[in-house]
Amino acid sequence: MSKLESKIPEGNVEQKWSKYKSSVALVNPANKRSLEIIVVGSGLAGSSAAASLAEMGYKVKVFCFQDSPRRAHSIAAQGGINAAKNYQNDGDSTYRLFYDTIKGGDYRAREANVHRLAEVSANIIDQCVAQGVPLAREYGGMLSNRSFGGTQVQRTFYAAGQTGQQLLLGAYSALERQVGLGAVEMYSRHEMLEVVTIDGVARGIIARDLISGKLERHFGHAVLLCTGGYGNVFYLSTNAMGSNVTAAWKAHKKGAFFGNPCYTQIHPTCIPVSGDHQSKLTLMSESLRNDGRIWVPKKAGDTRKANEIPEEERDYYLERRYPAFGNLVPRDVASRAAKERCDAGFGVGASKMAVYLDYKAAIDRYGKTQAKKLGIDNPTAEQLRVFGKQVVEEKYGNLFEMYEQITGENPYEVPMRIYPAVHYTMGGLWVDYNLMTTVPGMYALGEANFSDHGANRLGASALMQGLADGYFVIPYTIGAYLANEIRTKAIPTDHEAFVKAEKEVQDQINKFFAIKGTKSVDHFHKRLGKIMWDKCGMARNEKGLIEAIAEIRALRDEFWKDVRVTGTADEFNPELEKAGRVADFLELGELMCMDALNRKESCGGHFREEYQTEEGEANRDDANFAYVAAWQSTGNGSWELHKEELKFEAIKIAARSYK
Amino acid sequence: MSSGNMKITLKVWRQRNAKTNGQLATYQLNDISPDMSFLEMFDVLNEQLIVKGEDPVAFDHDCREGICGACSMFINGRPHGPKNKVTTCQLHMRSFKDGDTIVVEPWRAAAFPVIKDLTVDRSAFDRIIAKGGYISVNTGNAQDANSLPIPKVDADKAFEAAACIGCGACVATCKNSSAMLFVSAKISQLALLPQGQVERVARAKNMVAQMDAEGFGNCTNTGACEVECPKGISLENIARMNREFYVANLKD
Amino acid sequence: MSNTSKNFLQSSIGKKLVMGLTGLFLISFLVVHCFLNAFIFFNDGGLMFNVGAMFMAKNPLIRAMEYVLFIGLIWHMVQALILTIENNKARPINYAYHNGSANSKWYSRSMGILGTLLLLFLIVHLAHFWVKSRFTGLPGEDANGNENLYAVMQQVFAIWWVVVIYVTGCISLAYHLLHGFPSAFQTMGWNHPKYNPLILKVGTAFSIIVPLIFALMPIAMFAGWVK
Repeated sequence: MSKLESKIPEGNVEQKWSKYKSSVALVNPANKRSLEIIVVGSGLAGSSAAASLAEMGYKVKVFCFQDSPRRAHSIAAQGGINAAKNYQNDGDSTYRLFYDTIKGGDYRAREANVHRLAEVSANIIDQCVAQGVPLAREYGGMLSNRSFGGTQVQRTFYAAGQTGQQLLLGAYSALERQVGLGAVEMYSRHEMLEVVTIDGVARGIIARDLISGKLERHFGHAVLLCTGGYGNVFYLSTNAMGSNVTAAWKAHKKGAFFGNPCYTQIHPTCIPVSGDHQSKLTLMSESLRNDGRIWVPKKAGDTRKANEIPEEERDYYLERRYPAFGNLVPRDVASRAAKERCDAGFGVGASKMAVYLDYKAAIDRYGKTQAKKLGIDNPTAEQLRVFGKQVVEEKYGNLFEMYEQITGENPYEVPMRIYPAVHYTMGGLWVDYNLMTTVPGMYALGEANFSDHGANRLGASALMQGLADGYFVIPYTIGAYLANEIRTKAIPTDHEAFVKAEKEVQDQINKFFAIKGTKSVDHFHKRLGKIMWDKCGMARNEKGLIEAIAEIRALRDEFWKDVRVTGTADEFNPELEKAGRVADFLELGELMCMDALNRKESCGGHFREEYQTEEGEANRDDANFAYVAAWQSTGNGSWELHKEELKFEAIKIAARSYK
Repeated sequence: MSSGNMKITLKVWRQRNAKTNGQLATYQLNDISPDMSFLEMFDVLNEQLIVKGEDPVAFDHDCREGICGACSMFINGRPHGPKNKVTTCQLHMRSFKDGDTIVVEPWRAAAFPVIKDLTVDRSAFDRIIAKGGYISVNTGNAQDANSLPIPKVDADKAFEAAACIGCGACVATCKNSSAMLFVSAKISQLALLPQGQVERVARAKNMVAQMDAEGFGNCTNTGACEVECPKGISLENIARMNREFYVANLKD
Repeated sequence: MSNTSKNFLQSSIGKKLVMGLTGLFLISFLVVHCFLNAFIFFNDGGLMFNVGAMFMAKNPLIRAMEYVLFIGLIWHMVQALILTIENNKARPINYAYHNGSANSKWYSRSMGILGTLLLLFLIVHLAHFWVKSRFTGLPGEDANGNENLYAVMQQVFAIWWVVVIYVTGCISLAYHLLHGFPSAFQTMGWNHPKYNPLILKVGTAFSIIVPLIFALMPIAMFAGWVK
């Protein structure tokens, strides 16, 4: 098990996927009917995979902890989805999307996977439009695009600020169609709490019916984990309250290696924290950086109101430092630059931990074009403002409303205050080219795997990857495994492996109730989040990480002695659900710190203070760290590191520059 | 930075499970900050209850940014509270005054049975979608996305209808517990797009039939749903659904 | 009845259409009724009015329509009753606090009560005029030799509390129409941003003018403005 087999097909990167597709083993329709697939999670990856596999004829069961599959957190993605369609005739191509994604990921992603992603990206748009997803259009009836960070072409498709919602509802409708046809059995308000393996092969799951509290055993010839990322380990993040690592973590403890756990994406444009009561952070779409300008006062500790600071006393630091990409540098770069300014004392707002995102210039500019369009030669300043506001409102209205709702400030009049926040985790379960984890029969799709974004994900690429995995990758790659499973009869769930797995889950639940401590689950979660944010957040260093590991261990001990879980096991009990999730975060946090400690370089979202250039840019070490860190759980809270070397054959590995 | 000084009296519906009866319970909260969201105030309440060893209030919530549609509180007689076009999670305490008493109940409808406290079962919505809220296009069947130009006006209208988050506020506020705004939003979205034409007749009939079978009430055009919808879904959609349904019945 | 149409009439939208169409049909009756009764304002001792009444009473087409009218009325009422029962069933436990006025008009939420008031009024009204005209007979003839329904009106509207009942009935009618008129169009699927204001304006005008004219009849007779 120690050797990692990535199973990347031979040949040129351009031909790997097409060759693979024409040579991969197939399962005939009659056999598909007797093969059962369990899909955990109903977001973009889960819903699209479940629908596609059911369409092909497999028997599919889908599990989600939410009350409906439509509520999976993919729904909250705002900005858009990338695809190499080149509809704008601006020089885009599969190769460019591939190149941008590899470069954006700071050369820490697997070439073959990323190229495949770029290849299928165009099919995703076709599929979604055919499903009735109302993507934005131009007056001529053609699809509209916008730009996103880290690219110089317009390849992002969008539906106002609700792209994730519309794409998810498309996948959800495809899923519900299969539910209606009886091809998918849907288990909402069910949480997967354990993987069942027999002879090291995934054979099913244990799930808890969240309403009755009953534990259920489900058999599957294959198990697909489409359970999203683990950003909630930081407590405060842009993830949904329920987003968790539990499914992936249980898989990890049953043998699935965890890839690059320290790669965390800190999104640069979120609404700053307003107080201790804060339960989550709200993202302001990256699309706002298309038109907004980011600045801080040139004078440290400036207490004037934003509108009182004259133009010449403003520091548009992204435009200053990165003239080629300006406000559209990738997320990791923008986040670190904001942190750098705030740490140096230039931050704004009450907490001084914020920078301005200003729309005044955009409102003026749009006002002028609009006035021209309307044939007004000498518009007044007020007219310009009104016209400009109208255009901005049409483009970003819902985001501006959201900002006003949360902060009580009108962003049309005063610049928004923003600060980076945890948003996405590039790390995840290690998977091979087939998206299979190191446990045969168990797959990880979407954000739950580690594969496509390297050390940093570009904006509008998460939706692309989730849907690529679900619609266009897994339907092919799963055949490679299931073709050999056609003789495996459904294993009855009274098999000892199911009994044992269920007992493990039951024991943990009993243990929670037996503690009868004094502090709530949230209390521990918040403390874990603070350790992670302070010491394994936007900037990391050896000393902090070593401290963090010790603190997390101590916190974990305290949790298991002093947590209070109210209610009982056989009822709807959100506290019990949270307890299980936080228990897993308390273990994951340690591994993230270990991984960050091990990676003695800075790359993408992983910034080690010891490894930076004189200008404060990330200093990558390709000689020693051009590998995927895949961690194997060896039991009792220890891990063994395996390395998958990253080979760059199609792209020349180079320092990443956005200057 | 930290907590504020608003005092709030909460009257919250407590119900152990679907089989038991519930009643309103009263809680006093001090030190509430106007910057808190309504759900963060409930976090504070639950934290206090847990420390006292009492059962915290169960309520649905997830994204806390107004898009997943999970949160569902009936606040002072209105779904998602006193502000229009927001969900409960987007409602902030600055919309209330110090000393206010706030009554919080679950969505009430026969088709949305209470699971616990403020949590209700909205799976009826999924079952309605499963009856036709889709376009039958298998993965891989699609043609090039730009081969089908769609007038911007239609695309925009379809988008406005598609903005529905399936929270159920329309049902909750309707005096008849009618689900017509929800159902019409999906029927409209697909009826407005060229892709949706093929299954138009069957969709209208099947989705309406499932809506009726789920036990939702009948629409009497009071217009309450449109006002309370956090996403501003228009009554125009219900009229369009009616047309779709008439035509479907005339045709088939 | 074919299966499709049976299903249609039992569907929520079918039932709603029945309410709308029967409502519009009853509205058309109101127009005719109002127009003919307004003949009393000729103030000619009811001569013109009795001509109209005679025409309505003797014309075979009108007589046939009377049955249709009753069918329409009863259908409207029975359907409303069924809908109300179903709608109550759709919410078995009521809210402790429901702030309906925040999002809708009271009369939109009170169509059942307004309709019940109208029904009560209608019973009184039919007993006063229709029963006499059709069954028990009218008190003699006017100067032209027509049956003198006008005389019955004078008799009935001489009593103050009858006038109060009629005015109350007209107010109920006004509010019932204020919701019912535009609502019928919405039900038929006639909702278009361009034409909605028109429907609303015509509906509001109709809901005020027609009940007002009706209400003026008992008032005018009681006050002696028409003799």
